[in-house]
Amino acid sequence: MKTLSRIYMFIVFGLLYAPIVVLVLFSFNRAGTFNTYSGFSLYWYRELFRDQTALDALKNSLILATLSSVTATLIGTLAAYGIHRIRSKAVKTVINSVTNIPMMNPDIVTGVSMMLLFAAAAAIPFLKVEMGFWTMLIAHITFNLPYVILSVLPKFKQMDKHLTEAALDLGCTPAQTFLKVELPSIMPGVISGLMLGFTLSLDDFVISHFVSSSDFKTLPLYVYNQTAHEVKFSMYALCALMVFAILLLMILVNFAGADRTEKKKKKKTAAAVR
Amino acid sequence: MKKRSFLEKAALVPHLVWIVLFIAAPLLFVIYFAFTDENGAFSFSNIAGLTNYADIFLISVLFALIATVVCLLIGYPLAFTMSRLKPSTQRVFVLLLMLPMWISLLIRTYSLLAMLDNGGLLNSLLSKIGIGPVKIVGTPGAVILGMVYDFLPYMVLPIYTSLSKLDIKYFEAAEDLGCNGAQTLFKVALPLSKSGIISGITMVFVPSISTFYISQKLGGGRFDLIGDTIERQFLYNNAKNVGAAISLVMMILILISVAVMNRFGDDDGGELIV
Repeated sequence: MKTLSRIYMFIVFGLLYAPIVVLVLFSFNRAGTFNTYSGFSLYWYRELFRDQTALDALKNSLILATLSSVTATLIGTLAAYGIHRIRSKAVKTVINSVTNIPMMNPDIVTGVSMMLLFAAAAAIPFLKVEMGFWTMLIAHITFNLPYVILSVLPKFKQMDKHLTEAALDLGCTPAQTFLKVELPSIMPGVISGLMLGFTLSLDDFVISHFVSSSDFKTLPLYVYNQTAHEVKFSMYALCALMVFAILLLMILVNFAGADRTEKKKKKKTAAAVR
Repeated sequence: MKKRSFLEKAALVPHLVWIVLFIAAPLLFVIYFAFTDENGAFSFSNIAGLTNYADIFLISVLFALIATVVCLLIGYPLAFTMSRLKPSTQRVFVLLLMLPMWISLLIRTYSLLAMLDNGGLLNSLLSKIGIGPVKIVGTPGAVILGMVYDFLPYMVLPIYTSLSKLDIKYFEAAEDLGCNGAQTLFKVALPLSKSGIISGITMVFVPSISTFYISQKLGGGRFDLIGDTIERQFLYNNAKNVGAAISLVMMILILISVAVMNRFGDDDGGELIV
């Protein structure tokens, strides 16, 4: 029974990884087909780096992920501070449920609902709303917010409230108390919210798909466009590079912060349940 | 009771403005467009016209249900096996399970396409041994396989999490009292991991029913799922009203099924996973 279940486990993991491994291996194949393997070559990687739109997309993705995760972390941390102190249970529930809507809804509904909002705003002449960088930034901040609050709020709850009271008694203003006492103790939550937001933003395709224009493409949108028609082997190279980057990131995070990533994914899991 | 300080109220303001403008308002727009015609007059015709899309709804629900059941059947034994490993080995496998979750859905789907496509690896191998190229892409099986492949980790992780929290003594007691392997599984493990199963089902069903990339790539454009229909109405047909009506109905369907699922589970389901 035990060996049988081990074999089963290895088979499932094998199948889960097989396509990704094949893709990475064949990205080094100069021939550009699956029929013949003409030896190790970086040809498709050179092709990829000659493609200016791919490099621009990478740059755009990094800019968008940084700005959206930082903004969402600022708004979300302040919000968690406020939500933690709301006394009325009903008010708390209402705010939390509205905040969590983007986490519960399918991405496509979030995407089209924001598209409708921006289209309506575009009809107002002095607003000058156009799909592009700003609409994407707003959308990314919006879907990052619930994850930031989900990471930060429990830290406020875990905090010893006597610390805050002591600081206030000893003459700190509420602002000083927040900066000097509360912020340091919720910092792990703030950081994991920031990192989660950054990766979610980097990874998002569906919502961006509905609020973007051709002048501002992120990496997932670029991949989508490139895979719309025939299969190009420079795309395999790009995919392989992204897999390597994620692998590196995971190894780094795992070495640096013990089980922080594990908690994050579980939070995401828990979030989807609520 | 001290009065709430100015800071406590002010901290919430940016967040409240944000969620009203960018979460609540967009959803109101979805409802507004679903109940108006092109000229903005109130109309039920979009909702009434959804009967034309009944078969699309049906096939989407069917595909998503099959994918969810297959994920559960493959995922549960996997999660069970993983939870019985040595703690150090468990960590490695949890990491291996999470790595695909961090890789973009586009890339995972695309790598599966690279395996199954007519010129893909599998068909190249098959034609070498004489079994001509077999058409896989464009069949219902390929779409469901894509869903299972992409979302399996989202089923396994929550089940694993709730199983790994169970005291091993439950299983020892069951065996001491004469349960065989299957009885231990069905009478002890299964009821005790109900909350994990329910969050797993939600996390597979919701993205499966709303996907459009998987069906476009692996369905070869032959299958119109709800996601494809919404995408087309908004981005290509410029039929926002119909698209909004479909989105609204899908959203309500999902909210109802998630609420029903959660009713089956324990109320602490979410907390267990965090």
